[in-house]
Amino acid sequence: MVRVLLIEDDPAVAEGLAIGLRRQGHATEVRHTGEEGLAGVAGFAPDLVVLDLMLPGIDGFEVCRRIRRVGTLPVIMLTARNDDMDIVLGLEAGADDYVVKPVQARVLEARIRAVLRRTESAAPAGRREVHGELTLDRTALTVLKAGRPIALAPSELRLLLALSASPGQVFSRGQLLESVWEHPYLGDSRLVDACVKRLRIKIEEPDRPARYIQTVRGFGYRFGPL
Amino acid sequence: MTGPLGRLRGLRGLRVRLASACLLVAAFAALATAALTYREARTAMLQRAQDSVVGSVRDRVEAVAPSVPFPPDRAALERIVALVDTRGNTDHWIVAAAYRDQWVTSDRMLGPDAVPEALRYHVTERVNTAFQRIDRKGVIWLAVGVPITFAKPMWGIPSGVSVYVFTPMRAQIEEEAALVRAARNGAIPAVLLALVLALVVAGGVLRPVRALQRATRRLAQGRLDTRLEVKGGDELAELAKDFNHTAAALEQNEARLRTMEARARGFAADVSHELRTPLAAMAAVIDVLDEDAAAEHLDPDTAAALRLVSAETGKLTRLVDDLMEISRFDAGAAALHVDEFDMAEAVRRCLAGRAWSQAVITDLPAGIRAEVDPRRFDVVVANLVGNALRHGAPPVEVSLRSERRADGQWIVLRVADRGPGLAADTLDRVFERFFKADSARARSAGSGLGMAITLENVRLHDGRIRAANRSDGGAVFTVELPRYARTRIAEDG
Repeated sequence: MVRVLLIEDDPAVAEGLAIGLRRQGHATEVRHTGEEGLAGVAGFAPDLVVLDLMLPGIDGFEVCRRIRRVGTLPVIMLTARNDDMDIVLGLEAGADDYVVKPVQARVLEARIRAVLRRTESAAPAGRREVHGELTLDRTALTVLKAGRPIALAPSELRLLLALSASPGQVFSRGQLLESVWEHPYLGDSRLVDACVKRLRIKIEEPDRPARYIQTVRGFGYRFGPL
Repeated sequence: MTGPLGRLRGLRGLRVRLASACLLVAAFAALATAALTYREARTAMLQRAQDSVVGSVRDRVEAVAPSVPFPPDRAALERIVALVDTRGNTDHWIVAAAYRDQWVTSDRMLGPDAVPEALRYHVTERVNTAFQRIDRKGVIWLAVGVPITFAKPMWGIPSGVSVYVFTPMRAQIEEEAALVRAARNGAIPAVLLALVLALVVAGGVLRPVRALQRATRRLAQGRLDTRLEVKGGDELAELAKDFNHTAAALEQNEARLRTMEARARGFAADVSHELRTPLAAMAAVIDVLDEDAAAEHLDPDTAAALRLVSAETGKLTRLVDDLMEISRFDAGAAALHVDEFDMAEAVRRCLAGRAWSQAVITDLPAGIRAEVDPRRFDVVVANLVGNALRHGAPPVEVSLRSERRADGQWIVLRVADRGPGLAADTLDRVFERFFKADSARARSAGSGLGMAITLENVRLHDGRIRAANRSDGGAVFTVELPRYARTRIAEDG
């Protein structure tokens, strides 16, 4: 059972999605504003947030930024318009994935499963890999930079693990979309680009060329070589 | 239509015409002035020369006359000639004296017939001193005739003796030539100066014409905010004013049309957006309906109703999705996010994602790469193959080629089927919105916007798409995309 917090201002849409989510066996709570939503994150302690971007009061982008500021809670954003700007801003605010309304419960369920697979492991600390200043633990799913733990959102963590599994190997955006987001190969590559951007802010040195996650023009991304 | 060269020639023609008109007027004025001056000067000069010749001839004749006996014999006439012809004083004179049929001259070559009839008449009949210009073998001569009259007491009675003096006007002719030279030397620089001034003036007059020409061209290019500066109050200024009025009217009309069009498009977008929220609630529970409709315990009618609502909600959702997508193209809000792909791989992934790999024969050579927006390319391939599978007959063939052309490297994607093909008059209409090739099959699985969206997606890539019929039956859709996208690949590094 997954605890899902649904933040959606339209009561009908919220109810429809809640029915679908409960049918899938998720403990679902609905909040209608950004403020209530943030209170719900603290009170309900969800495993995942489904967040509408257009909300009265604090909008979805701000809610997402505040959730990211305190932790790595998975966030899937719901966008009413398939609006390019909204999607880019939502991803930059830290959302792990997005779905465009109208969305069938089945599709939303698939996205929830994919996002959660990125963080499911809760095994004890295993063998540690060291790449420069980074220390990765693939079993406990922890990342240390210069010995200090870094909080990574599920998509960021999965992307880092996927890339660092084969240092020096180039992955196309399509490959990363399939392996990290379980999206189609020809999906929205902005998911990858936005996530790389967020990940770089956390692990790279500011004002210096990227060291860990390097862009290979016309092909994609690779980890290192260091 | 005239080409740029033709327009240039037209402009130059106008300038030449204006300049030549100015030049003609100036040349005429200069020539007329020169001619008048010449004529006046010549007349005055000749008059002076004649007066001096006539004067001196009369003086001498008068001095000689009293000593001549009457009636004069030949010797007396010879004496007159000798006395009048005092050579060496000024010019070459030929002197002749005549009385009745006697003719004595200082030059034997000159006969009495050298005296023109009119001159003879004046001298002998009217008893006047007279002169006339005569042309002897191309040389102008002045012939002066003086009658000799009796002295006191028969004062004024003609004696019948006449003296003629012929003198060539060589000096005068030379002076005349000098006059012509002077007139020419004055007129030619004046005409040349006039030519320069005419060109300058023509340029000045034509400047507003050229400005008008430039402005018209800008207007034709769609820059409706073009205005001319109105200077002065002449006809060209009026024309510029009229031009400005026309441009303003055009601009206003265009703005109104644009507003109306934007409102219409905005309305379509708003409608789709408003439909989207209730649809979002319904779409969320489609799966619930589907599951329950499949359950055994429901009344069959209720189950059928559930299935109907579910299926139609699905269609409505796709329709609204497509409407929203078209609205974004209309609003110019559709953006291209290109990445470089192996095209064969991209097509294969698209087909595999829809479980069409077995239904389609592919010819996808490896190594063809291109910069495309993956999501939009996926839509293009899916719409074309989906359309071929729905409306055509198997086998559906998908092929990929890379072609080098004059304007760069192109990727050519062909989707062909073996169905009935398209009616000739619908070939260029298949990309219209809500176009249905077969009116009997008014309802199909698609929204009716699929091909229109495909076209917009291809255009967004600066590509081309066309529909045709194969010679051996079936329809073929050809998409051409540039190998390199106009926009740079999004880089975040």
